[in-house]
Amino acid sequence: MSATALASDLEQGISDEALEAFREEVAQWFAANRPPEPGFLLPESFMEVGTEEQFVYLRDWQRKLYDAGYLGMAWPKAYGGGGRPQAYQDIVNAEMARQKLPFVPNTIGLNWAGPLILAIGSEAEKQRYIRGILNADDIWCQGFSEPDQGSDLANSQLRAVRDGDHYVLNGSKIWTSLGSHAKYMILLARTNPEKPRYDGLSFFLVPMHTPGIEARPIRKLTGEYGFNQTFFNDARIPADCLMGREGEGWKIAMLTLTFERGATGGQAGGITRMALGVGDVLELARRSRRDGRPALEDPFVRDQMVRFMIEDQGDKLCGARGGIPALCSERPQAIPLSNKLRRSEHMRRLLQFSLSLQGANAVRWMGDADAVDGGKWQRSYFNSFASTIGGGTSQIQANIVGERVLGLPKD
Amino acid sequence: MGHADSAMKASLPLSHLMRFSDEQSMLLETATAFCRDKSPIATVRQRMTTDAGFDRAVWDEMVALGWSGMAIPERFGGSGLTLAEVATVTEPIGRHLLATPLFSTQLFVQAVIAGASPTQQALWLSKIVSGAIGTVALFEQDGDWALDAIAASARIEGNAAVLAGNKILVGDALQADCFAVSVMLDGAPAIAIVPAADIGSARLRRETIIDETRRSASLSLAGVRLPASALITGEAAGKALEAVRHAGLLLASAEAAGGIAGVLGVVLDYLNLRKTFGRKIGSYQSLKHTCADILIGLERSRSHVYHAASLITEAAAGSETSAIDIDVALRMAKVEAGDSFVFAGDRAVQFHGGFGFTWECDAQLYLRRALWLQYAFGDAGHHRRRLADALLSPVG
Repeated sequence: MSATALASDLEQGISDEALEAFREEVAQWFAANRPPEPGFLLPESFMEVGTEEQFVYLRDWQRKLYDAGYLGMAWPKAYGGGGRPQAYQDIVNAEMARQKLPFVPNTIGLNWAGPLILAIGSEAEKQRYIRGILNADDIWCQGFSEPDQGSDLANSQLRAVRDGDHYVLNGSKIWTSLGSHAKYMILLARTNPEKPRYDGLSFFLVPMHTPGIEARPIRKLTGEYGFNQTFFNDARIPADCLMGREGEGWKIAMLTLTFERGATGGQAGGITRMALGVGDVLELARRSRRDGRPALEDPFVRDQMVRFMIEDQGDKLCGARGGIPALCSERPQAIPLSNKLRRSEHMRRLLQFSLSLQGANAVRWMGDADAVDGGKWQRSYFNSFASTIGGGTSQIQANIVGERVLGLPKD
Repeated sequence: MGHADSAMKASLPLSHLMRFSDEQSMLLETATAFCRDKSPIATVRQRMTTDAGFDRAVWDEMVALGWSGMAIPERFGGSGLTLAEVATVTEPIGRHLLATPLFSTQLFVQAVIAGASPTQQALWLSKIVSGAIGTVALFEQDGDWALDAIAASARIEGNAAVLAGNKILVGDALQADCFAVSVMLDGAPAIAIVPAADIGSARLRRETIIDETRRSASLSLAGVRLPASALITGEAAGKALEAVRHAGLLLASAEAAGGIAGVLGVVLDYLNLRKTFGRKIGSYQSLKHTCADILIGLERSRSHVYHAASLITEAAAGSETSAIDIDVALRMAKVEAGDSFVFAGDRAVQFHGGFGFTWECDAQLYLRRALWLQYAFGDAGHHRRRLADALLSPVG
């Protein structure tokens, strides 16, 4: 679509025809610009980027996508975005998923830190950070979790002490994906240990190349790398790295989590993980055998498949219904706040079931020459715990639904 | 029906259409307020003890609001809307356990619209619009859900048809003004449209059923005579049965979705009130997390229900919506809402502890309705089996 045609769309509202034309354009562009097969197993999401070759491949892909104008389409033009209606980005995202394209790796920048900065950041912060998030020059990581706090984010102990024009950071953060590649970190730190636990927290945008900050890789349950524990030893960062005011850290972190949980719009777009889903498991089922017959003739397999399909369809329809206020009026937060719980638990159980389809071969692992699909199902099942644990475990999510949506008392 | 349709395949990926008109928004609001007002729980219990099971004055008001004739074409005095609107008012009916012959009547309406002759339609649909109660007699002794597995029969004697056999679980039969009865005629399904006067109360025997807010009766057909012209036969009979099945699935699912919201409310009230070991029991995660599961069932159920309703509206508006896609959406809605309501009702009894074991606890009322709805028009396992046929294409 030409720029003039688009401008006129904006003036007149977007027609279905214009969106359909755009969909076709995007589909063609992706078909023509699909990156070559890497020759190594790609990670499933930004949390599993364990090798330099994986990182470079994905970073270059994000650049290409941004240069084509397909990332941050609805972000303001002034900071490097496209200034277009969200509908266009939604089309790009859907088409990426449909064509099973690689994901864009700067997830924390694009979907959490970026929307946060655009929502509440200062003009200087927007100017400094947004463009680099989009073109993948500046990779972002997140410093929320700490080794001993579990899902209790408010218990963050990492200290930030004001010293003249600087803050001095001491402590450690864990599960920092992309920590060794990141230029910036969104950090939740304790500036005042005297105040009640929520009020003593502050929020920082931290340059990772600061002396005294070191990211050490953590080996995951899959045997792969991707996460880090990040250590802070007398790391001095400029005082203007503070976002908002001292003591506002908890509020800002909670806003960040609403972006992380997909409860609100504002994300730059692009898909954020290898999109395995019920359709892929169905395709695996078509290749599988039971009792000398196709597995898809087995009544138990059929019943299980249909259960997953109904659940998946139910969640997609919740997405559609979420756009109709009259059908969400009683508990407007029910669909958004249960989204992570529903989707992550669905995926975990679905991927566990995918092993069962492989019969005796289910016990093979990545690296085995005869592993089904190189062992990606086994890896995916293990990695699915990242979503049922990270960003607040499913058990914490169920507490949130119980307390914030249903109004049940806290423990 | 049966599984002769196993060759029919759903279009994949599945549609995610979701439409909800301003008119539906208003209906949902009105109906929610109406049901809350007309069906407080003490009234629900009082009506359970009556013969009719429902309050005629409330029915008259529902008729006056136009609910009964909502899906009836305007030329017969109806509103010319679709089952989507009926589903919209049915959701709060389930939520407030309102006793009403609306469900039975809508099944009769769908049979007549889909299969009856113009004369029959004019006769019966206008009566329904002005408050007549209709019902359908489909199921038989063996409890088979297949609507074409019919043992009852009709034979032609001159200008008359004479029926034989027995029907079970005929909803609101003792109050109904007219019946649509499935029979076999010359080896094929047919539907007899019979006024209550030609059936007579002697042929009806009230049944004792799990949901005491409902009424049903068995029907002995032997000797029932009707004009042969009052039989729906051939292709029209198949269409009528299909329409009844679709209405049954949609309305049972909508009622179940409403029921989940209702019983969740009962549970939440109790969990926020009752204390054990010095704590409100709602603070215990085993209960709180299960409530989150109930909510998820509710959200997914409502989404399935209104999606199926949207497809029905689209099809009625003349868009290309394949029958199999509507069928898939309806079965999915029934599976999700049916299972989720039973789960919610079952947990509601459990969470009330000793009180939950008593007649006075309202949880059992919802569990009873959940079970009635689960086993109406096929339970979850039944529909998953047929969904598998529609969704899992043969190995290629």
